[in-house]
Amino acid sequence: MKPAPFEYHRPASLAETFDLLDRYGDDGRILAGGQSLVPALNLRLATPRAVIDINRVPGLDAIRVTPEGLVIGALVRQEALERSPLVREHAPLVAAAVPHVGHSAIRARGTIGGSLALADPAAELPACMVALGATIRAGSRAGRRDVAAADFFRGIYTTALAPGEIVTEVVVPRAAPGWRWGFEELARRHGDFALAGLAAGVQAGRGAAGGEPSEYGIAGRGAAGGEPSDVLVESRLVFFGVGPRPMRGRRAEAALAGQRADAAALAAAGRALDGDLDPPGDVHGSPALRRHLARVLLARVVGRLVEACS
Amino acid sequence: VLVKIALTVNGTAITRDVEGRQNLVDVLRYDLGFTGSHIGCEHGVCGACTVRVDGTPIRGCLMLAAQADGCRVETIEGVAESGAIAALQRAFRAKNALQCGFCTPGMLLTAQALLERNPDPDPVAIREAIGGNYCRCTGYHAIVQAILGAARGRSAKAPEAAPSDGAYIGRSVVRPQTARLVAGRGTYTDDVAVSRLLHAAFVRSPHAHARIARIDTAEAAALPGVVAVVTGREMAAHCEPWVGVLKNYVGMKSAPQYPLAVDKAVWQGEPVVAVVAESRALAEDGCARVRVTWEPLPPVVDAEAALAPGSPVIHPELGDNLVLETRIKSGDVDAAFKTADAVYRETFDTGRHTVVSLEPRVVLADYDPADLTLTVYHSGQAPYMLHDILSRHLRIPEHRVRVINKDVGGSFGLKIHTYPDEIATCALAVMLGRAVKFLADRVESFQTDIHSRDHRVTAEVAVKRDGTILGMRLDDLAPVGPFSMYPRSSVVESGQVLRTTPGPYRFRDYDARGRVVFQNKTPMSQYRAVGHPVAALVMEAMVDRVARELGLDPVEVRRRNLLTTDMYPYTAPTGLFFEKLSHEESLDAVLDLAGYQALCAERDRLRARGVYRGLGLCVFIDLTVPGAQTYGTGGARISSQDGTTIRLEPTGKLTVLSSVTEQGQGTDTILAQVAAATVGVPIDDVRVVTGDTMVTPYGGGTWGSRGAGIGGEATIHTGKALKENILKVAAVVLEVDALDLDVRGGQIVDARTGESRLPLSELGRVAYFRPDQLPKDFQSELTVTRHYVPRHQPLAYTNGVQLSYVEVDVDTGFVKLLGHWVAEDCGRMINPMLVDEQVRGGVAHGIGDALFEHCVYDEQGQLLTTTMMDYLVPMAVELPDIGVAHVETPTAYSEGGFKGAGEGGVAGAPGAVLNAVNDALSPFKARVTRVPMTPEVILRALNKL
Repeated sequence: MKPAPFEYHRPASLAETFDLLDRYGDDGRILAGGQSLVPALNLRLATPRAVIDINRVPGLDAIRVTPEGLVIGALVRQEALERSPLVREHAPLVAAAVPHVGHSAIRARGTIGGSLALADPAAELPACMVALGATIRAGSRAGRRDVAAADFFRGIYTTALAPGEIVTEVVVPRAAPGWRWGFEELARRHGDFALAGLAAGVQAGRGAAGGEPSEYGIAGRGAAGGEPSDVLVESRLVFFGVGPRPMRGRRAEAALAGQRADAAALAAAGRALDGDLDPPGDVHGSPALRRHLARVLLARVVGRLVEACS
Repeated sequence: VLVKIALTVNGTAITRDVEGRQNLVDVLRYDLGFTGSHIGCEHGVCGACTVRVDGTPIRGCLMLAAQADGCRVETIEGVAESGAIAALQRAFRAKNALQCGFCTPGMLLTAQALLERNPDPDPVAIREAIGGNYCRCTGYHAIVQAILGAARGRSAKAPEAAPSDGAYIGRSVVRPQTARLVAGRGTYTDDVAVSRLLHAAFVRSPHAHARIARIDTAEAAALPGVVAVVTGREMAAHCEPWVGVLKNYVGMKSAPQYPLAVDKAVWQGEPVVAVVAESRALAEDGCARVRVTWEPLPPVVDAEAALAPGSPVIHPELGDNLVLETRIKSGDVDAAFKTADAVYRETFDTGRHTVVSLEPRVVLADYDPADLTLTVYHSGQAPYMLHDILSRHLRIPEHRVRVINKDVGGSFGLKIHTYPDEIATCALAVMLGRAVKFLADRVESFQTDIHSRDHRVTAEVAVKRDGTILGMRLDDLAPVGPFSMYPRSSVVESGQVLRTTPGPYRFRDYDARGRVVFQNKTPMSQYRAVGHPVAALVMEAMVDRVARELGLDPVEVRRRNLLTTDMYPYTAPTGLFFEKLSHEESLDAVLDLAGYQALCAERDRLRARGVYRGLGLCVFIDLTVPGAQTYGTGGARISSQDGTTIRLEPTGKLTVLSSVTEQGQGTDTILAQVAAATVGVPIDDVRVVTGDTMVTPYGGGTWGSRGAGIGGEATIHTGKALKENILKVAAVVLEVDALDLDVRGGQIVDARTGESRLPLSELGRVAYFRPDQLPKDFQSELTVTRHYVPRHQPLAYTNGVQLSYVEVDVDTGFVKLLGHWVAEDCGRMINPMLVDEQVRGGVAHGIGDALFEHCVYDEQGQLLTTTMMDYLVPMAVELPDIGVAHVETPTAYSEGGFKGAGEGGVAGAPGAVLNAVNDALSPFKARVTRVPMTPEVILRALNKL
């Protein structure tokens, strides 16, 4: 199939991009890496009046470390994330997740901003951003607006972006000491969207059982005192492919807090996870399958992370 | 609105105006002529369109051409001509790491980039790097080996390109054709350039079953660039409908089928209106403007429900939804079951599969109203069959039709059927007096390519305590869509399930019923290894069940039941005739090749540690070389005989024209080997031409593993006759007795001493240009044609055994394939390397059946798996290395002794994998009886969902 006709625009600046967004409104689609939009155009699933190619907008393709954390430009290609020493150092979760995005020819074009703005519920990077407590920075003619990743993803292909806004960069906060990150997904074939996936962080080891959890794990209160152990102070479990958006397993996290991550605790967390998830079914797997796989991932990833901590 | 772009392509600066909607690969192919980049899916899964942009491999279908403004683009043509990938090209050819060659340009560019960043990759890294490049032919094993070889600067044990002794049969000769294909110089049908070409697209039924109340084409017809909009009723005036019934199947019925639906559509995707325009995109724009008013009818989806009283009837004039019921009975089954120590019963569901050749179906039809001739370029396997159909249904005299197969990007049985959109395209060419092309896109391919292997089989075996099988009952229910396909029908697969299930075993008490049923889904018909994968899976799963229930060794149970070498020739209870098979030798060979005992020990050791591995055997038989009675007795005009013409050129070279065809198997290479060996010339002096009904002898083409057994045999007869004629000329020229001469290495030699007497070039010069020097009563005949049809047996059965080794993750239900081994016996081998690769490619198809592939429908008959993201074909990372061993039992009914090798790989693989998975699940007393064995299926068997 060939795309339906559209007007092609290649703005040279953000200002020009905002003009075009104003002009076309909902009939204009932003083209970044194109690895999801172009198939949709080819299949005539998307038939916009205009395609606004932002690939030549300057200043959106840098990865840098700033006081607020690791700042990744919206046009940074997934391949660049994969190869960046800064990402490996400051956002190891992202480094672990990116190789699961499609294949190398896809990652060579696909961008982080595109992945976040598309908000495919089975995509890896949105889940990582929620797990890391990242901030997604949107730009518009009105200026810049920061949205916490947890608030950014609203539903299937739906985000908090307002008309006229585009993602310009994402800020991954500095990792708090004592946190470890793990990533695993279950896809039928290498490079496919996962049936279920988990981006997880845990703080364990020296924590006293029952230590008070802190949002985003920035403060390390649980790190005070105590002997090295496999007690989980706090965890962050963000599942993907099992709901309309990256799904935080809050009940499961609560069930794990202060526990030794043994089989019983992991099983209890798995049961608690049932209250967190209501997965959809499709041609690749039923809701029951996805729920089950999410529980398996929880046990595996958290188990492994705790083992690595102790 | 056009966008001006300036880019360099393979080093040349190019400026172009493009439409915003044109993607890069379309501009490269259709505007700039770089046809080495191929289009396989247009949604980024297959990698056939891979090109390098600023040095990085990307998907050419997922980048707009406008985005390449200012970029440096490299295509296969560029890197081939610069010599940058010479080592990879050599290695790919030496390992036969390409068959149809359609994926090869993308594969080579991906491999090139891999080796640039990792000069010494291991097989795991290679599989990961090419994991997004789809190859339907090879199973990837040879590709991995080739990349390893190129990386290490050696093509480890390169096959002999041209053995000097002239004994080409039995040698792994490198395919000459692949030199073009690794350079991006293949010419597939979509690459053919003709003048004033128009493009067809089709409005297709969105419903599985619906009446067409009204069609409004006015808006589409008014669109600039649209040349014609044609409805089914309009086209029916130009094309006779067809009925896919074979009269040797008594009681079989089907309904007339038109190129475009008339009044009623009976499956989702059935073509309804054709739009012809100046470009494919414009034709699709036109389709979007055709308004069809539908009146949905209740769909018939489930096979059991289709036969239930009160079911809607798809073709009311036929009375019910039953296409055919067959019964095969032999011996006394009831007595066998009465005397049995145990009886086991099981119901198997085999998923609907489809072919997914990387090159989709494509046809380019050109009608010349001045000359009244129709020339059709077709991606097909049976050009004379299509020629006959076009002649009869479009009412064009046979001698005014020509069908040409250029390079074919994979076929596997997909491209031997009559597809309404292809016939419609030919009819449009006639109606418009213009050239019209139709290239199925991937969604259309899933909706309209034949599907296959949708069976529910209930099997029951009666056994003695020692595992001896006494008898079997079988019931097969096969829903085949709304029509029986034309002209080969849709009942053959069920027939094969009934006839081949007892396959390699001795028991003779057998009672089988098969029911073939209409439903509102995509038509099903013959696909590679027709019925055999289902039959072997059912039989072998039952054998393993017997072994497990009785606590016996699965190898031992097979030995107790297999036909033994002293039993041939053997006529099976189902009527099949086996000249000579080699089950026991093949079983030993596969166990030996795999190191079976060690694998068993490893499995047992790991099982104790909670790692669940399994081994699964599958003994199979496979039908090849269909004989004289094939199809013709059913009334289908499909030739069972084939012909070869060999012409000695004046310089002593051979031109071989054959009616069997080439789709990547290497048919042309084996014919060259046979011709060179039989006539006595170096193989480099032979050129083979196939796939042109104006040029080659009449014949059936390539399907049913008949290329070697029929085309090869015809070539032996032709070569011998030509050699005799050559020697007659030589005898006259040299004034000696022809019996004292021979042809070797392109020379007339003294038969006794081997001393050269006359080069063939000199003989040719005299015969063609100086016949005045020959005696007045002597006429040289240096072009010879011979035909061949197998008459001594209806089919040449082959056999083999496969072994699969898997690990099941019992938490996730995921299956990892650790290894797969095949021992096969295709008779005398012409080119062992090509046999290996046929087997490996076949195994990959079978593994897809077993674990991944499934055409899934909803209750309304809507196909849900219409992209390569949803219909999962295993790729390089999922597939294991595949070991192949050979046993050679030549047929004595032909001079060559060749049988066929194209399908056995598929036949045994699903059964082997199913048995391996069930072995792994055996500690849990769980077992699976359906394919594909998805995580869902396995976890349900384990009671975890």
